[in-house]
Amino acid sequence: MTEPTRDAFEQALDTREIRGRSLYVDAWHRLLKNKAAVVGLVVLAIMIVLVLVGPMLSQWDHEIPDWDHYSTPPSLETGHLFGTDAIGRDLFVRTMIGGQISLLVGLLATLVSLIIGVTYGAVAGYLGGRADNIMMRFVDAVYAMPFMFFVILLMVVFGRNIFLIFLAIGAINWLDMARIVRGQTLSLKNKDFVEAARACGATEAQVIRRHIIPNLLGVVIVYVTLTIPQVILVESFLSFLGLGVQEPLTSWGALVNEGAQELETAPWSLMFPAGFLAVTLFAFNFLGDGLRDALDPKDRL
Amino acid sequence: MLRYSLRRLASAIPTLFLLITVAFFLIRIAPGGPFDSERALPPEIEANLAAKYHLDEPLVFQYARYLWQIARLDLGPSFHYLDWTVNDLILQGAPISFTLGILALVIALVLGVAIGAWAALRQNRPADYTVMSFAMIGISIPNFVMAPLLILLFAITLGWLPAGGWEYSPSRMALPVVTLALPMIAYIARITRGSMIEVLHSSYIRTVRAKGMPEKEVILRHALKPALLPVISYLGPAAAAILTGSVVVERIFTIPGIGTYFVQGALNRDYTLVMGVVILYGIIIILFNFLVDLLYAWLDPRIRYDDGEAEA
Amino acid sequence: MKRIPVFMALAILLAACGASDSDDDTPRPPRLPMPVEVAFDDDGRPLPEVLAEEQVLYRGNGEEPQTLDPHLSEGVPTANILRDLFEGLTTTAPDGRIVPGAAIHWDISRDGLTYTFYLDPDGRWSNGEPVTAHDFVWSWQRVVDPETGAAYGRMLAPVVNAEAIFSGELPPEELGVTALSDTTFQVRLDDPTSYFLGLLTHPTTYPVFRPALEEHGSLHMRPGNLVSNGAFHLTDWQVRSRVVLEKNEYFREADNVIIERVVFYPFEDENTEFNRFRAGDLHWTYQVPSAQFSWLKNNMDEALKISPWFGTYFFSFNLTREPFEDNLALRQALNLAIDRQIITERVTRFGEMPTFNLVPPGLPNYQPYKPEHAEWSQEEREEEARRLYRQAGYSESQPLTVELRYNTSENHRKISVAIAAMWKQVLGVRTRLVNEEFRVFLQNRAQRRVTQAFRAGWIGDYMDAFTFLELYHSGHGRNDAGYNNPRYDRLLERIASERIPARRRNLMVDAERMLLEDQVVLPVFYYMTRRLIDPRLKGWEENIMDYHLTRYMYLVRERSQDEAVEEKASEETE
Repeated sequence: MTEPTRDAFEQALDTREIRGRSLYVDAWHRLLKNKAAVVGLVVLAIMIVLVLVGPMLSQWDHEIPDWDHYSTPPSLETGHLFGTDAIGRDLFVRTMIGGQISLLVGLLATLVSLIIGVTYGAVAGYLGGRADNIMMRFVDAVYAMPFMFFVILLMVVFGRNIFLIFLAIGAINWLDMARIVRGQTLSLKNKDFVEAARACGATEAQVIRRHIIPNLLGVVIVYVTLTIPQVILVESFLSFLGLGVQEPLTSWGALVNEGAQELETAPWSLMFPAGFLAVTLFAFNFLGDGLRDALDPKDRL
Repeated sequence: MLRYSLRRLASAIPTLFLLITVAFFLIRIAPGGPFDSERALPPEIEANLAAKYHLDEPLVFQYARYLWQIARLDLGPSFHYLDWTVNDLILQGAPISFTLGILALVIALVLGVAIGAWAALRQNRPADYTVMSFAMIGISIPNFVMAPLLILLFAITLGWLPAGGWEYSPSRMALPVVTLALPMIAYIARITRGSMIEVLHSSYIRTVRAKGMPEKEVILRHALKPALLPVISYLGPAAAAILTGSVVVERIFTIPGIGTYFVQGALNRDYTLVMGVVILYGIIIILFNFLVDLLYAWLDPRIRYDDGEAEA
Repeated sequence: MKRIPVFMALAILLAACGASDSDDDTPRPPRLPMPVEVAFDDDGRPLPEVLAEEQVLYRGNGEEPQTLDPHLSEGVPTANILRDLFEGLTTTAPDGRIVPGAAIHWDISRDGLTYTFYLDPDGRWSNGEPVTAHDFVWSWQRVVDPETGAAYGRMLAPVVNAEAIFSGELPPEELGVTALSDTTFQVRLDDPTSYFLGLLTHPTTYPVFRPALEEHGSLHMRPGNLVSNGAFHLTDWQVRSRVVLEKNEYFREADNVIIERVVFYPFEDENTEFNRFRAGDLHWTYQVPSAQFSWLKNNMDEALKISPWFGTYFFSFNLTREPFEDNLALRQALNLAIDRQIITERVTRFGEMPTFNLVPPGLPNYQPYKPEHAEWSQEEREEEARRLYRQAGYSESQPLTVELRYNTSENHRKISVAIAAMWKQVLGVRTRLVNEEFRVFLQNRAQRRVTQAFRAGWIGDYMDAFTFLELYHSGHGRNDAGYNNPRYDRLLERIASERIPARRRNLMVDAERMLLEDQVVLPVFYYMTRRLIDPRLKGWEENIMDYHLTRYMYLVRERSQDEAVEEKASEETE
């Protein structure tokens, strides 16, 4: 291969890279046109800032009760904006702390499933053939297991521990990711532009880095936004069973569960956490839908 | 098709085996035993009980014993409900859980598809947004919040329906089935809407329309069937969702199904009961996924299973 | 445009939650039925015209029974069913007094070591067979037989040779019980056990029907197989759905039993049970959700029954490990820093009695020792707590970090959180709350390897202070504190063999005092039972053991429209 041609190839590769980026620029523009998704994004940003900053702004502590005001409704006079829980702890602060935990569990559990899922799926899809077959058979086998039971068993066996919660949830959620990524990799591998890049002498690493990963990114982002709300719901289910986070920490799921017990006598203790939970789940779902439309209007997962 | 089915079913055996093994050892390493109680048992009696249930043997022996036992379709005595065997308990509870689950699934499918399709036909119109926002609520409110709300409204305030308990009667089943079905209706409606919109925009439908077929027929005969494919693939996860949902619903409505047994069994260290429920649920999920595959093949002529037989 | 649905959906959600809010403001007319006035005949029986037509009692009953075999069973819900199904040698009156049961009278030898029971010759099993002394001999031998695995076998420990039989040194036939005739049953004891007659109301001492056991083996408690000697017999049992008992026509007092059928419903969730009561499905609940106190007070006061129970809610320390090993001052500081008034008034809220004692009040022959600090004001206690905390070597800059363990439950969670907060506020202690599910919790407590401070609590098994005191014998299986004090052990042994009631009582007071001074436990309050009872259910009386036999109860009919109008009119004229 002579120098000039190589330059031309590199140039060709570079253009592809730029075009690859512009795919995301396009997507970003499309996303901004989708009002529901933008609202979702803004709501999420506000929510994250709020749960992080909120507790610092409040005069109350999330673990020390205000002994004079237990189970009191929201009031400016007492300073408990969201009211207090059954022992007198400020619900505003607890809702914020709960939000931190719920979002953290959602993010980290998703991250765990992402790492396992993407690696597994990409390897299977990229290797193809027999290896792929065996790896996917394994996924099929594991898919038929009653997951929630394993999460419950794990919580029972190892005691409740916030790290364990997201590890457990993440470790069972990776299957979907692995399937999606594998499918995507498989189809990408045989796409013309990948063949072209290979024909032009790009190394395997280059192909993966420049073509496979950027093209996977879209699916992965969509998957992440739609998985986080699911994980948050799973955590709330564990809280319902009494297997959630350890006091004095809390989560939206735990707060909603406590609130549901006092539905009639202290409706505010359900209303606020449930409202925050629902709004967040809404926002994630709208954003996820929007991202999916923006990134690949045709490809619906 | 038949060969494919048989092969699929055969491949379920290692899955089941894996499931049994993992569950067996996991529950055994949990601290605490089935005979621990607030009133401490004298050590001699504890030893006697352990011997009676072979808990004093090495775990691997117990495992082998257990496999041999379930091979004879005997799930063993319950460690907690001393007067019953696991077979008794499951035979009493499973029909109840299945009735609830299947009813909820059927209702969710019918309503979900109808709502989703209806919304798709009104894409981006206010009706579409309204319905889909409701669907989002269905997904965003945990069922353990939905259930007490429904009880408060329909049983306590209005007094129309019983607050719980179980009988094979529509009034007793209404609230639990609705609680189970609501999130699924929402999911199915969302999925149907999405795929329906896609199908309606496809060139195939455009062709059919161009031929001058009445719109009603276009939708019912040509659009709905392909639009259902993603719904069918959702049925696998839906079955799992019903299982977890049943844990909540059975507890809140005091329904003597088997969903609660898993959680209670795990907490009570009722080893045999937990295993029984895990095995049963494993089999159901495997069968369900298998049925989903068959249905998929039936609905989608493009899919052919790679055993060389020409069928569709 | 796409913004609309988000806010609409939000509005709907809030409306859905808010719906309950508005419900609360408009007081719903309490749907409790109004019973007629009860009138009695000369024998003290309610007149037929006041009785409800259908004498079927629907009762909520906590968790599903593990077994209906009285010798293997444990737990309050199962005992509730067994007390209706079976009858021991003695039984309890509605007010909890011990009265003759299967035995109509008995003699106690002078040394208090031999009890001779004379069985009611009318005593019958539910299949019509007579209840004999041989039934009791066989049943008691079954209880102490280690093969049986009786959960409460220790109840018969005072009987001669029981201990040796438990440990397999003697065969069950060697138990100190004899049938002198078909209706005379004699028991020999090792020590004069003053509470022995009380033990005989416990399900472990109930007789079982030998032929049924021999015929049906492990299936003998199924409906149709179970033969019992109480006021009711088992007719239906659907697991986790219901247990149905019907009147036993052969029961020796059958003529005085009014309720025809009892249906026990198990509940895993107190809110569910509460809802069922409100919907009119139950006459009697097992418990009440603690969050509902003020609502109940306002709306269902006539149905709410709160009464003292023979139990204490306390925390305890692991005395075999840091930081509590040999650190009396620290234990005392933590004890004094807790404001019990706040816990009972604002956390538990059902009128529980705050306490610094282990043994609950209400025992006929026991005057508990009262610690000095029980008289102080809370400020004085906190002052002293801070002094002791410093004395123990801790301070603001060097705070104690401690784990507080409790098992999963709404109430334990709230109480533990409150206690942790109080320790933090008064002393600056950093508490790590550890919530464990029950089996793990029990195991950790018993092993004493990881525990520091932990929740405990005890409901007395029989009407005597000893049921609490014996827990801290160094060899007791539930001595989770690891208290090992030879002086205390000797004291317990002296109590066991003491025959003179006054001396025995003093010894028990000394023992409790020793426990409290060594701060083995951190008492918080005495348990109360709390439940809802339909006003139409009569014959229910509160008693400290919380034993309520259906045979004393009856349902009266609801006031008719006319009667209600009449009543109202007469009220207005007054």
